[in-house]
Amino acid sequence: MSVPILKQAQYLIATIQSALSDEDLLALQTALVEKVGKYRSRGVIVDVTALDVLDSFASRTLRDIAHIIRLRGAETVIVGVQPEVAFAMVQLGITLEKVSTALDLEEGLAYLDKRLQHARAEH
Amino acid sequence: MKSILEREVALSDDVSTAELLRELVEHLRQHRTELREEWARRITEAKVLTAMTDAEIFAEATSVYDNYVAALATGTFEALQTYSRNLSERIIPRGVETHEVVGIVLLLRDVLARSLFAKYQTDFQVLNRILDAYEPAANRIANTVAVGFVQERERIIRQQQEAIRELSTPVLQVRERLLILPIIGVIDPQRARQLTEQLLHGIRANRARVVVIDITGVAAMDSHVANHLVQTVEASRLLGATVIVTGLSPEIAQTLVKIGVDLGKMNTVGDLQGGIEEAERLLGYKVVPTQEVQSQISGFREES
Repeated sequence: MSVPILKQAQYLIATIQSALSDEDLLALQTALVEKVGKYRSRGVIVDVTALDVLDSFASRTLRDIAHIIRLRGAETVIVGVQPEVAFAMVQLGITLEKVSTALDLEEGLAYLDKRLQHARAEH
Repeated sequence: MKSILEREVALSDDVSTAELLRELVEHLRQHRTELREEWARRITEAKVLTAMTDAEIFAEATSVYDNYVAALATGTFEALQTYSRNLSERIIPRGVETHEVVGIVLLLRDVLARSLFAKYQTDFQVLNRILDAYEPAANRIANTVAVGFVQERERIIRQQQEAIRELSTPVLQVRERLLILPIIGVIDPQRARQLTEQLLHGIRANRARVVVIDITGVAAMDSHVANHLVQTVEASRLLGATVIVTGLSPEIAQTLVKIGVDLGKMNTVGDLQGGIEEAERLLGYKVVPTQEVQSQISGFREES
């Protein structure tokens, strides 16, 4: 099951719609990293609202995606982590450190807008 | 041939045990008044049940005595069980301890045994058999009463835990996107878990961006609870909310440093007011007193 990646203005939005296998996750990573360059995106949002489980491999991949995309010059936000999922992750010691998170898609977009404004203001 | 004989002996033994018990019960009923008084005297002497007056002790002793004898007579313990549960219900709120209840039942057992010794002192054989009949029943009675008492206690404790859990912890919205979670009292692992769940759902429901957790009311904190707090902060972050912890008392702060809990990831502010101000800053709010109020405040200051 592959993940659709939508382009919205200067952002990419990947909405995960069902549980993913490890291959699917890696495919998502490759696709996102490529498309960030192709569309010259400034931000990426990965929506995990539909997931009721995030295992260590998935979390690590999400973290890798965020770090790789930062190297490619864009920001990543993970949105829609469910309360139960968040609690389970933390208990397993998975905290997605140094990765931005937001409540849902709307908040994620707002966060990216703000970050970009900041970046522009600094220039 | 021999086995039949043995069986007969066993049978007659059985019959006489029942007979002996009946005789015993008869004896206890006949001497009800003096034995009861003796027992009440021993209770006062032993200085147990200090929470109750002598008259109350005597009244309770009477009904315990009757129930005790009834249990001996019928050999069934249901009535006694119910009675001991009722008794516990009545006396636990008055601060009667487990050892006191067990103590008075054992005293009664001793008083009755003494009276049996006195009655049968001439015939050691009969005394022996009477005691054979009496002891198991008496022990079982003591057991039943003690278990009834402890069960009642546990029921009360469970009930109270339930009540505390329900009172537990409100998640309150003070401004758009800003929640506060005041924590008061002792945090055990179960409560900590429930607290986290409530907070995470609260964040979702109120679309909170900043949460202030105030622990002014938490008297002590061990590494377990501290770690749970760190986990709560991290889980909230996964939902996109920033957590500010306020009200760490000097003692708690020292303990945490001493036991080496890493609070580096936590955003802490001295008190609740500071926490809310910091949260407002993060959310872009600015609280400005209106002109009128300001002049009122300064006017008030001048007056005083």
